[in-house]
Amino acid sequence: MNFKKILPQLLTLVVVILVFGFFSYNAQVNMENRGITFGYGFLSQESSFDVQFSLIEYDGSHSYFRAYLVGLLNTILVSVIGIVFATIIGVVVGIARLSNNYLIERTAAIYVEFFRNIPLLLQIFFWYFAALRALPLPEKAEPIFGVFFLTIKGFFVPAFVWNNLDIFIYSVIAAIISIVFVRLYAKKKQENQGIQTPVLSISIGLLIILPLLSFLLGGVNASVEIPVIEQLSQTSFTFKGGLKLPPELISLALALSLYTATFIAECVRAGVQGVSKGQKEAAASIGLTPNQVLKLVVMPQALRIIIPPTTNQYLNLTKNSSLAAAIAYPDLVLVFAGTALMQTGRAIEIVSITMLTYLTLSITISIFMNWYNKKIAIKEK
Amino acid sequence: MFKLVKRLTSVVAMFAVLFTFTTETMAAKKSKTLKNTQKKGFVRCGVSQGLPGFSNADAAGNWTGVDVDVCRAVAAAVLGDASKVKFTPLSAKERFTALTSNEIDILSRNTTWTLSRDADIGLTFVGVNFYDGQGFMVRKNSGISSVNDFKAGVSACTNLGTTTELNMRDFFNSKGIKYEPVTFEKADEVVAAYDAGRCDTYTTDKSGLAAQRIKLSNPDDHMVLPETISKEPLGPVVRQGDSVWEDIVRWSLNTMIEAEEYGVTSANADMMKTSDNPAVKRLVGAEGELGAALGLDNEWSLRIIKQVGNYGESYKRNIADTGILPDRGPNQLWTKGGILYVPPAR
Repeated sequence: MNFKKILPQLLTLVVVILVFGFFSYNAQVNMENRGITFGYGFLSQESSFDVQFSLIEYDGSHSYFRAYLVGLLNTILVSVIGIVFATIIGVVVGIARLSNNYLIERTAAIYVEFFRNIPLLLQIFFWYFAALRALPLPEKAEPIFGVFFLTIKGFFVPAFVWNNLDIFIYSVIAAIISIVFVRLYAKKKQENQGIQTPVLSISIGLLIILPLLSFLLGGVNASVEIPVIEQLSQTSFTFKGGLKLPPELISLALALSLYTATFIAECVRAGVQGVSKGQKEAAASIGLTPNQVLKLVVMPQALRIIIPPTTNQYLNLTKNSSLAAAIAYPDLVLVFAGTALMQTGRAIEIVSITMLTYLTLSITISIFMNWYNKKIAIKEK
Repeated sequence: MFKLVKRLTSVVAMFAVLFTFTTETMAAKKSKTLKNTQKKGFVRCGVSQGLPGFSNADAAGNWTGVDVDVCRAVAAAVLGDASKVKFTPLSAKERFTALTSNEIDILSRNTTWTLSRDADIGLTFVGVNFYDGQGFMVRKNSGISSVNDFKAGVSACTNLGTTTELNMRDFFNSKGIKYEPVTFEKADEVVAAYDAGRCDTYTTDKSGLAAQRIKLSNPDDHMVLPETISKEPLGPVVRQGDSVWEDIVRWSLNTMIEAEEYGVTSANADMMKTSDNPAVKRLVGAEGELGAALGLDNEWSLRIIKQVGNYGESYKRNIADTGILPDRGPNQLWTKGGILYVPPAR
């Protein structure tokens, strides 16, 4: 082994260990001096505070760990909603910016410049308090399609009440598995015989037929529960039944996706413009249809440019969702690094768990996007 | 001979150790926080981000309030000048960390004294400067006139990271009412959300409700329900482990209350030096050596009364005259039907 090569690496490692050691020792000594104990035992204690919105069953009689899960799931929920909408808006706006239509191109450009240049926290406040001011009180809400109610206290939507939900879920899983097999089969068939199979329509058919069968044969049925207005006092009302999306979730998801979409739009524009014109012309000259040109020639190459910077935007969105605490959306920071930290006083433990959680979330997104990036990268032989 | 030398040196060493030990304890007697404060020339005080009557900054950046006055009293006692205070506005979430990590030396931020806070996280509560309790604010036209009128589905806005969150759960649980807690990090957002109609009720300490009501768009459309659902003794907090500093803060507060009890005000404090009552004379430093025990001179309490005033003056100036809570309620002296009762300064 080359000693000269290893030595700097070893030294760096020692320095890193020493720095970490110094900080943890320092923290330990200071905590001891101030009579602060350290430990994660509090996680199993009863939390004794409630949370307004939770995906799993939770109230104050559950543990702090459960409160942590509630916050984590809420963070994941708003991040997923944000990522989906940011991607859709971003792709549409990005392509609109390439449009030959002056009006469309300018509108998209103004949107991008406007939203990416205002601090996100301000946008969150704007959407939240604008929503609170603009939305009607429950008793004045006009029903949308008769069953949706958008009010200041939340967006009330009908909920499904399921019988044999598990069989339905199995049927969806079965459909997804068979789609994977169909695609593999189609790919092999094309490689061996050069015959194309209409994979898309078969997939959609499977996704419809199998769950439909579960209704007809599996004894699955669902009834719809429509929200009903209820009076709380002389002047205040709310809705009972159905599903409630709090206004905090809606405005946070809106702000996050509108903000992040501007960056994704620029990624998309850069990606499409990065594919040289000659590629399209060459593809057209060998007789591919415009759709095939886009699908088989332009997009695969554009995606290679789009994916890495878009990954950054997904990570940013996930981390930015921690601004939720400002508008009372019970995410990880508000529930765990907020209320739980205050009630237990365990700052170091809770902040370290929260940091590790965001790190894990980000790395998971990163790994997935890297895998996808590798999948679409040029495979040189 | 060698043995003797050895024994002698060990005796000398022992004396040396003993000597350093005694000088060490003498120095430790003078509190580290006190020493640092006198060296810096100002008291580092953590306050709220703006709660009228308790700690609130005006447009010029001057802080006023009963919580602020506690810090001013300490500054008058240890530095001789009540204006030598550096105020750090803190959110409910940041306040304890700021204190334990040495950013501030006194936390005087309408903080509720509880067992777990006192014992568990390196803090020590030194006393109570305001006896409060949690209440509810509702719209007058809602027809709700008592906490018994709340129905399942009620949404309640409040601050994050406070005892309020826990009391609220205890209260609604005991009534068997399912409720929706909407918790914000800053009080201004709570007020804005409640004002917009996001919540049916706003719950926090009653003094806080009275103070925040002024910020609503139509204060007269809202009222605080008569019931109090919890005990909230609010008081100043110091770091655990510096008992001299703890005593200084405690007795600065006690001095203000005791001064009111004996009728000593900022206006008549100097004249009281010749009072016939020995308790009054001790209070203004004309008799006894009370300051020395705290590592201060003998006029420390006189300066507090002259520069900050007694508790009654502070209450009147900050809470009563501003129209927040004209009625002193439990925050009246024990001799006048309240529960303010402090140990004697002697």
